[in-house]
Amino acid sequence: MEFTEKHVLGLKDLLYRMSDDLLILGHRNSEWTGLGPILEEDIAFSSMAQDKIGQSLALYQILQELGENEPDVVAFMRNAEAFHSCKMVELPIGEYDFSLVRHFYFDHQSAIRMDMLKDTVVEPLQMVARKFRGEIKYHTMHADTWMKILGAGSAKGKERMQKAILENAGLALGMFELSDYEVELSESGIFAGEQALKSTWIETVSQKLESFGFNVPDWDTVTPVYGGRKGEHTADLQPLLDEMTEVFRIDPAAEW
Amino acid sequence: MYGNTYIENSEKQNKLTANEDPKKLAEFEARIAAGDKIEPHDWMPAEYRKQLVRMIEQHAHSEIIGSLPEGTWITRAPGFRRKLALMAKVQDEVGHAQLLYSAAETLGKSREDMLNDLIKGNSKYSNVFNYPALTWADSAVIAWLIDAGAIVNQLANSKGSYGPYVRALERICAEESFHLKYGHDNVVFLATGTPKQREMVQEALTRWWPPIMHFFGPSDKLSVHTEVLMRWKVKMGSNDDMRQTFLDMYVPKIWDLGLTLPDPNLKKNEETGKWDYTEPDWDEFKRVINGDGPCNKERLAVRRMAEEKGRWVRQAILKKDSQYVAPLS
Repeated sequence: MEFTEKHVLGLKDLLYRMSDDLLILGHRNSEWTGLGPILEEDIAFSSMAQDKIGQSLALYQILQELGENEPDVVAFMRNAEAFHSCKMVELPIGEYDFSLVRHFYFDHQSAIRMDMLKDTVVEPLQMVARKFRGEIKYHTMHADTWMKILGAGSAKGKERMQKAILENAGLALGMFELSDYEVELSESGIFAGEQALKSTWIETVSQKLESFGFNVPDWDTVTPVYGGRKGEHTADLQPLLDEMTEVFRIDPAAEW
Repeated sequence: MYGNTYIENSEKQNKLTANEDPKKLAEFEARIAAGDKIEPHDWMPAEYRKQLVRMIEQHAHSEIIGSLPEGTWITRAPGFRRKLALMAKVQDEVGHAQLLYSAAETLGKSREDMLNDLIKGNSKYSNVFNYPALTWADSAVIAWLIDAGAIVNQLANSKGSYGPYVRALERICAEESFHLKYGHDNVVFLATGTPKQREMVQEALTRWWPPIMHFFGPSDKLSVHTEVLMRWKVKMGSNDDMRQTFLDMYVPKIWDLGLTLPDPNLKKNEETGKWDYTEPDWDEFKRVINGDGPCNKERLAVRRMAEEKGRWVRQAILKKDSQYVAPLS
């Protein structure tokens, strides 16, 4: 079908929410460099951070084809309110329990989203979604492995994880804040929508959490933490962006 | 990065082999002279084991401590290209620590014991990381020239006698050569960029020159006699020889970029074919390596914080019947 202006706006919104999430979470994951609980986790979080930032770059490149600015400018020159990332990815790394639960929640979302996009009518997005699926497979495997180990480990460790699972459920649901273009996205075959994504995600993570021995959040009573997709962010995003762009802003016209 | 071969060693050399079985010692030395590699379960003098553990451990610590000043710049790297490259580079360095701790573990000291000795201040790491990386240009200079220095050292050490260390170094050197390219490319962009970029890189180079000259360890004139360690192929080159190799390879490249070095006496001596330079301040080197540098406290505090914050994870995954197993070599 012929895309109208609204279809294109919907597509851009979808691409921005995906790319901004990946950039910001990739940035956060990279903060574990040198600080992981064991060396192998340093290395794993760095690998995933590299994949995520590489994925965000590929999505910003699609946006550039749609008329947006070049990726370095888009990523490094916007203020917080122009970002479409969800609030969960913005928060500082905190302790390993929080970072691991965020990773578990986010990457299952990412895996399902890419699965839904593997047959999208937008060809460049279809291509990257297929490529990303191969990378994200290892991210979810990593998250599941650690959730499982800690679910079966010491009582103290399990308790910390359980607390993080429940406390961050609302932030996780914030990933699925509806777009203003849900109808256009689904009728055009671009994307089946946040609601469908959320249903599959709840089913997947609930089943996994249960199998790892954790109590599953009561999703129907959890209040989603929305706002991020519409440019309302936590107080943590702007400082992250200030740091990220500190060198770039010394001379944006320079080649670095 | 980031290893250097400077081993702190105040013991008298004639004591090193005093209690060893002369026959076994002779066989061991003959194997090394013939170019054999020593493997974890082979007989070796106690002093050989001790010095290797110390050296490999220091090298491993240098990798994780070195990831801190560079890691600071991952979240500040300007643009996707640099951000992705720096993340991959620093990840490599942490991977090198993993390889090196494993190599040292084959000699009988666990990773946990080594990390505890690091945070207690009982074991050293490369002195250069006690200096701050103040700007993005510092991170570029580190990636180029500290990694270059490390390659000079590590290539020499990769011809050493201990199998697991040699194999780890071969892989490390292959990865380091990419770091060097990254660092050089980064410095070239700054040196040929805007006046501000040029100023940044010149200042960083001036700041880092004394630590770079210190990197290879004290002058042979001051260094403790290392004849036995050289014969055992634990130490593969003298500090001054390594420094000369480095100067020969990199000073011309630095000058080619129109950058200057803060040593008026630095020049190649036509007669000797060696580089003349102002003797580095070895008192400062000693002072810094013994704890009184600009960043010693901060580096160890960060490492200690990471160890403390991660303790619950390590404890949570320990099973009651877990037993320590040294890694395969």
